[in-house]
Amino acid sequence: MLFNEPHPLEVKVLTRRFEYPNAEPIGIDRFLATRGYEGFRKALGMTPEQIIDEVKKSNLRGRGGAGFPTGMKWSFVPRQSPKPKYIVVNADESEPGTCKDRIILENDPHRLIEGVLIAARAINASRGWIYIRGEYRYLIAVVDKAIEEAYQHGFLGENIQGSGWTFHLSTHSGAGAYECGEESALLNSLEGLRGNPRLKPPFPATSGAFQCPTVLNNVETYSAVPDIILNGGEWYSNLGTPKNGGTRLFCLSGHVNRPGVYELPMGFNLLRLINEVGGGVRGGRKLKAVIPGGSSCPVLKAEECDLPMDHESLAKIGSMLGSGGVVVMDETTDMVKAMFRIMKFYAHESCGWCIPCREGTAWLKKLLGRLDEGLGVSTDIDLANELARNMLGKTFCALGDAAAMPTISFVEKFRGEFEAKLKSAQAQAPVPGAQPLAVL
Amino acid sequence: MTFSPELEARFARMLRNYPPGRQKGALIPMLLYAQDETGAVTPELVQEVANRLSVKPVEVEEVIGFYSMLRRKPMGKYHVQVCTNISCLLTGGEELFEHACRKLGIGNREVTPDGQFSLEEVECMGACSWAPAVEVNYDFHHKMTPEKFDQLIDSLAKRQ
Repeated sequence: MLFNEPHPLEVKVLTRRFEYPNAEPIGIDRFLATRGYEGFRKALGMTPEQIIDEVKKSNLRGRGGAGFPTGMKWSFVPRQSPKPKYIVVNADESEPGTCKDRIILENDPHRLIEGVLIAARAINASRGWIYIRGEYRYLIAVVDKAIEEAYQHGFLGENIQGSGWTFHLSTHSGAGAYECGEESALLNSLEGLRGNPRLKPPFPATSGAFQCPTVLNNVETYSAVPDIILNGGEWYSNLGTPKNGGTRLFCLSGHVNRPGVYELPMGFNLLRLINEVGGGVRGGRKLKAVIPGGSSCPVLKAEECDLPMDHESLAKIGSMLGSGGVVVMDETTDMVKAMFRIMKFYAHESCGWCIPCREGTAWLKKLLGRLDEGLGVSTDIDLANELARNMLGKTFCALGDAAAMPTISFVEKFRGEFEAKLKSAQAQAPVPGAQPLAVL
Repeated sequence: MTFSPELEARFARMLRNYPPGRQKGALIPMLLYAQDETGAVTPELVQEVANRLSVKPVEVEEVIGFYSMLRRKPMGKYHVQVCTNISCLLTGGEELFEHACRKLGIGNREVTPDGQFSLEEVECMGACSWAPAVEVNYDFHHKMTPEKFDQLIDSLAKRQ
């Protein structure tokens, strides 16, 4: 099932097989008829070095949020290690604002399997898992069926396509935990443990799933690989900007006329994405702010949005491209409330492993909550900022930063709104003093 | 404990998916799938899963509190999950959740007296571009409005 009409500005690579409004996942017959598994067949005739080189040339960067160069990640796996090598797919999509992996899994599951096979070949892996968040149960069924088809057609199992190589693949269900989208927490979860992050190094490339060398990438990352091998890394790279190869799925949500998931070249202008692809801000209102890549990314003010959507451009203005979740907020948006809601999420999802994150998110939630209610005191605004700054870089995984960074940006860029809310609430009903935080 | 033949077959397949001696990997999916049949992770289920995976019951216990979908008490036959995270918040998710409380007459994580419905305010479930979103058990409902929500609940109530 597809949810939004395609837009003429889209560049269709990952979504090239989608046929709006066809509601059926693309089965193996249609997949094979549209050059499906051809990239993999080509990869079978290549050496691991050649595959990794092609991916390096493509300038493909991880689509989960961090944007690490994929080819380089694969090259870190010690292929001569006597341990088995594994492939893990992160389909634990749960960054607020992000809903792109879902449409790949739902519409073209064989594309993911083909990408996994090529990655597996590049590191000589023997097994893989697709870790799908528990809430996506219907997608587990879709992917399971595609895996079964791939086994029947000799693309999975023993002696794949007569190559003598054996590779097994299965799905693995999560059970509700944002933290498991972090790679090392996901690996713990895959091993049947609580999804707490691991200390790095060692990185998954040397000690990942079941303490064996592992390549772990996002669904969208693997899904780009078949076309890279088929058409060449250079072709893919040229679709984007110099350091950001290819296309990416942008999830447009919030106050826009045509929300949806659109595949656009890397470096596409954010304002054009909102105004041309997304049909502009809903109700003809003015744009106030945009979260450019999922709720962890520092918010942009409207006047900052005329910029290309690539890793460097966003880093330059102090934000991140993240996971492609573009959340649009119009002039009516209550920024204090929005930030409070985001913090409620992080406080709920903090795994509790690192104290700065566990305590920081809980206290920020209380502070932002009373600011939102107009029950705080003016020093709370600075306190929130200070608290957030003290969380940065002090945790095993990026969740602490993911909670701190938006807080700092909301407070600094929309400080006036925090102050106004405090004043208006106090003018309406003078509060003798701040409410103790403990009761909130 | 025995499960349905379909689930037993799934468990048998699942156990083959992990490296030798590392069957504990199946723990979390196994608990979730089992819970779908039993309604909750009961002490019997903990023991059963521990036996099947050759782990200590405490190793099962320790993951239950971590994963938000695992629960020790049963929810309603239809577990209604309303997202109020950022994209849904901007498109009326919070109002929708309040409407859901009134419509069902229950609060967050409560069950109707007849056991038919339960309600939960959930975090982002990956439907941001089609917000606000509701998931009933494992079925997604996109671009929800209070009217569409009422229709959905009424049709589920009739199905019983």
